Amino acid sequence: MLPDMRLRSLLLPLMLALGLPAAPLPAAAQESARVLRYASQDDPQTLDPHSANLLSTTRAVANIYEPLVFRDKDWKVVPWLAVSWSQPTDKAWRFKLREGVRFHDGSTLTADDVVFSVERALSPTSQLKVSLQGVEKAVKVDALTVDLVMREPNPVLLSHLTAFRIMSRAWAMKNGAQRPQDYTAKEDTFASRNANGTGAFQVRERSPDVRTVLTAHKDWWGHKAGMNEGNLAEVVMLPIKSNATRLAALLSGEVDFVLDPPTQDVARLKAAPNLKVVEGAEQRVQYLAFDLHRDHLVYGNAGGKNPFKDLRVRQAVAHAIDMEAIRSKVMRGFSKPVGALIVPGVQGYAKEGDQRLPYDRERAKKLLAEAGYPNGFDVTLDAGSIQPAADIAQAVAAMLTQVGIRVKPNIVPQTSYFPKIEKFDTSFYLLSWGAASTSDILYTAQALLHTHSKKGEGDFNMGRWSNPAMDALIQRLQVESDPARRDGVARELLQLAARELPVIALHQPLIPWAMRKEVTARFTPTNTVYFHLVRVDGPARAPAGR
Amino acid sequence: MFAFVLTRIAQGVVVMLVVGFIAFSLFNFVGDPVALMLPPEATQADRQAMREALGLDRPFTVQFANFVTNAVQGNFGISLRLGRPVSALLVERLPATLELAFVAASLALLVGIPLGVYTGLKRNAWSSRLLLTASLIGVSLPTFLIGIFLILIFAVWLGWLPSFGRGDTVALGAWTTGFLSPTGLKALILPSITLGLFQLTLIMRLVRSEMLEVLRTDYIKFARARGLTNRAVHFGHALRNTLVPVITITGLQLGSIIAFAIVTETVFQWPGMGLLFIQAIQFADIPVMAAYLCLIGLIFVLINLVVDLLYYFVDPRLRIERAGAEGH
Repeated sequence: MLPDMRLRSLLLPLMLALGLPAAPLPAAAQESARVLRYASQDDPQTLDPHSANLLSTTRAVANIYEPLVFRDKDWKVVPWLAVSWSQPTDKAWRFKLREGVRFHDGSTLTADDVVFSVERALSPTSQLKVSLQGVEKAVKVDALTVDLVMREPNPVLLSHLTAFRIMSRAWAMKNGAQRPQDYTAKEDTFASRNANGTGAFQVRERSPDVRTVLTAHKDWWGHKAGMNEGNLAEVVMLPIKSNATRLAALLSGEVDFVLDPPTQDVARLKAAPNLKVVEGAEQRVQYLAFDLHRDHLVYGNAGGKNPFKDLRVRQAVAHAIDMEAIRSKVMRGFSKPVGALIVPGVQGYAKEGDQRLPYDRERAKKLLAEAGYPNGFDVTLDAGSIQPAADIAQAVAAMLTQVGIRVKPNIVPQTSYFPKIEKFDTSFYLLSWGAASTSDILYTAQALLHTHSKKGEGDFNMGRWSNPAMDALIQRLQVESDPARRDGVARELLQLAARELPVIALHQPLIPWAMRKEVTARFTPTNTVYFHLVRVDGPARAPAGR
Repeated sequence: MFAFVLTRIAQGVVVMLVVGFIAFSLFNFVGDPVALMLPPEATQADRQAMREALGLDRPFTVQFANFVTNAVQGNFGISLRLGRPVSALLVERLPATLELAFVAASLALLVGIPLGVYTGLKRNAWSSRLLLTASLIGVSLPTFLIGIFLILIFAVWLGWLPSFGRGDTVALGAWTTGFLSPTGLKALILPSITLGLFQLTLIMRLVRSEMLEVLRTDYIKFARARGLTNRAVHFGHALRNTLVPVITITGLQLGSIIAFAIVTETVFQWPGMGLLFIQAIQFADIPVMAAYLCLIGLIFVLINLVVDLLYYFVDPRLRIERAGAEGH
């Protein structure tokens, strides 16, 4: 019963081409009230800051609740609700809280709220435990000082803490929201539909799948501290599932901002006189990975052997892929080919480790012959059904077939894809990994490159590659606290990965945001709009009634 | 009559059980909701814990038995996506879908029947031919295409009507209505035309062909011979006799309007049950999908029951035959 997507994508250009003389807008009403009507395809699942670690949820929550430390323009960690910190002992971090921070209900932030939020985010029903990696508990020192007691060292705790947000203790107690929402419970917790944070915006209305209305928090500490770069009095967050309708709403002036325009329409949106597009790079890398554990191919035929275990075959795969073609044809220019699993901006990135093998079909064929596969072999490439993964898998399959590796792309519905590769039920797969939740190499390396173990290491190393040198480097990353030395370890790690090619990094996706000319917004690596950084200029319009 | 209704209800229960089983068993294979609920970066231990917490690790039969027991009590569990009771979600979304279906069905009937009568009576007039040709559009164009065209014309070009959403709603107890606010009424126009257009043209063509059929019959000739007015012949005799198939089709179509509002609701971001269902599919939100299918099954069963009862009032022959049969 779903509308045929192909037909729709044919129709939309027509709509856009014909629709450019958009409807006249209702004229000015109040000069001061600046409203941003923001549309994206997803609605937040909940407003609970410790419940769902999903981007669609965080996009709302990050404007309502605030972390102890956050990031500046250059994505460096800066003081936020905490003004300073120190490490009095090996086992503790001490945070001094900002004075006079007010919650939306008017109460003042104290150490009790932080202690409470740490407990809450570490409780079993929380999905945000990763934001407190290594933390055992929080202890109040005085009204504005808190110690985080560590169970194990975490040299990049501050990066992790940018995703840990503080909730009012008194408010949560009063409303029975001591624990994050539990999907197995019979009731929804109060905090899933209501909120009381310290953020620049507070919730006025929450109707799931219809709209979430935020209004500016008048007592926000950031006003005095000069953190407010925007001029919004109100934000209406609208979920509009259908791509065509979402763009129609932008063209007709019913919304000001579209977070996720379909990439095929971006060129036309740029040409529209009253619209503009802001592009940015998400800290995410799409990559190919191989089964490097079994001695034969589960899906494929290479004479009973697993060719991927031979480094020369992995190099041949890398040489055979024309990333420039994928960038321009499949991604329509919205990607940047990369050679490493992490990208600039992530702590630990090193240019030396970010080297792609050049596109060279002859070299690929030669390497295959040297490895003992002059006639190539057959293999199945698994990919999830969410775009652009499916299209990339098709393109990669065609390119590898040209050098003799006869690849059959197998596009699996997204809901079944993770369970499949989680069981290592694959010989060759395509996946992407986002590093923005900590913006540090450890998070990525630990999950993707460490030997798979039950203890949370190598969780996403579905090819079960195992290399003692790599494990040792990751171990050192975990404990090394000297930044320069740690960067050295990271560089070595990336170089090892580039040499051994347990995975082949493909590209970093670029993300377009579409908006009316009057809107100013800055792209952030989390692909999240922080509304205190957004301006709406030009003639003011009446606050959105709908 | 009473026995007839009882039989129908018993059949309905069987249908509902089958629907429940299909819904449940299908969804057991839809995919892994845990994979979608947790971020890809979550650990395997997190995944296993979530699976156990949701009961997804229990055997199929146990899960189904639990499902039926709870479903009968109207308890479909918690939506995996929104973390709220499914029954509460459906109750919240029902008004939006029913209002849309009501307006679309009214539109189809109030415009479709007169047009059908008109084209049936004036079968050779150029206006009838024009209407029939135009009605082909309604029959053949897919719903979402009509929706997108309407959005293009009335929202993007003319800027008269909203391209998405339900406008402002007024709460009357648990029911939210869009009928009482100007933006709510405006928001109803495009989606209800989109949803009702197919039914409108269907009813129009159905009434027309039935009228043509009936007008050829002997009793119409006799009626004319008796010197009755055109009006009495056309509406009292002819139209009345076309109504049995029209009621059947309208009844079934009303079910379809409610069930297949999915497409219209997706195109217009109409916050009804269809949109809820589509998003549930993308999330493998099993409780919502199961509840929705059961609810739609129930609506179809109830509508069919009402349609069967309506025959009694429209077609006297049914009453006589049934009474005669029982008399033996």
